[in-house]
Amino acid sequence: MQHFRSIFVLTAALLVSGGSALAGVLPEDRSDILYHLYDGGGVAIDGPSVLVRKQVGKSLSFVGNYYVDMISSASIDVITTASPYDEERTQWSLGMDYLRGNTTMSVNYVSSEESDFDAKTYSFSVSQDMFGDLTTLTLSYALSDDLVGNSSDPTFEREVDRQQYGVGVTQILTRNMIASLNFTTITDEGYLNNPYRSVRYLDPGAGRGFSYEPELYPNTRTSNAVGLRAKYFLPYRAALEAEYRFFTDTWDIESHTASIAYTHPMGPFVFSAKYRWYDQTGAHFYRDIFPRAEATNFRGRDKEISPLTSNTLKLAGSYEFIGDTKGWRFIKRATVNASYSLLSVDYHDFSDISAGALLGEEPLYDLEADIVQVFFSFWY
Amino acid sequence: MRINKTGRFLLFSCVLLGAAGCSNFEPWVKPYERDRLADPIMALDTDPVSSAYIQHVYEAREGARGGEGAAGGGCGCN
Repeated sequence: MQHFRSIFVLTAALLVSGGSALAGVLPEDRSDILYHLYDGGGVAIDGPSVLVRKQVGKSLSFVGNYYVDMISSASIDVITTASPYDEERTQWSLGMDYLRGNTTMSVNYVSSEESDFDAKTYSFSVSQDMFGDLTTLTLSYALSDDLVGNSSDPTFEREVDRQQYGVGVTQILTRNMIASLNFTTITDEGYLNNPYRSVRYLDPGAGRGFSYEPELYPNTRTSNAVGLRAKYFLPYRAALEAEYRFFTDTWDIESHTASIAYTHPMGPFVFSAKYRWYDQTGAHFYRDIFPRAEATNFRGRDKEISPLTSNTLKLAGSYEFIGDTKGWRFIKRATVNASYSLLSVDYHDFSDISAGALLGEEPLYDLEADIVQVFFSFWY
Repeated sequence: MRINKTGRFLLFSCVLLGAAGCSNFEPWVKPYERDRLADPIMALDTDPVSSAYIQHVYEAREGARGGEGAAGGGCGCN
């Protein structure tokens, strides 16, 4: 399932950085068992994710994660140029954090497999507390080797190499406020387009006035992203968080992301709400329809690289059923958590050709997706 | 061996940061004043498994990537 290939390095790196959330302290021993569901735009994806983290001795902590996406797709791309399909993606990762003084070093390996796409990622990061533990500096590097296949052609095999460089600073600003600044550069080299996807071009001889040809992407992409996040402790014990991210890449995609979140504990419950806004420009080689066949050197009609705006509203709740003071056997604390997000995406230059409207009169496409997460967390 | 301008800047930055890390820096938020920052609701990434999943969804639906890590959290409140 090609949609999910570019995610993989970043998800892996996120787990690593999550592991080094406190440079001078190893992450807490913890396990999470999560069920996730995404349903929208003709695509339904669900599956489990299980994470186990355990400290060994005073300076080592190990983490493992097993994750599955069970995909059933009849998306707009699929129903207009191919046939609906079912697919499964399995991902597992292993990582280790080593604490020495105020420094935490982390290594992580992630493997992802699906019928037509394999990916392996190796990552390394170092975090250092400094300035009286007010500042944490993190440097990270990840290397990913992907293998792209094609389910209709067993001989088709293409490679993608991806490298990710990250620098992050987390700073205590006041006794009520903490902020972080993260910079990420990612370079891709190899087969970056989707072997199944097509672009359309004007063809007066065709019945609907257009025909299809395979998309053709550049072989390289470099992107830069900088994100600023701040979290503030409100006087009545609640938290307010704001985040902004700017992204730009060599395909001329430029995006802004802004979000605001509020967290409110009430006894054993914690409730939170988050609103996120995202807006991007399209890649320079993206067209909803090309004027003729092979009109440009590179061409794509992937809606994810088209100009779009998305909005997400998330509501979440958590209940602590084993508390810190009592515990139960070897479990110190446990929570059950649920969240619901409504994601809506408006595409500004991607026509919905599934309705069969006349060329030039097709409405713009948009989608709404329900995202559900239910998970148990245990600390021991 | 000659080091170019960028290399000199990086070397100088590393030496400066290293020296600062070893010095007797007086933090303006004392360790005993970090109780609120140590509250679990103030964690920059409360649930890593959940945030990794939602990140995964956004990266599948949108063109952007990176810049959102919760790198570090120098609370020093253990």
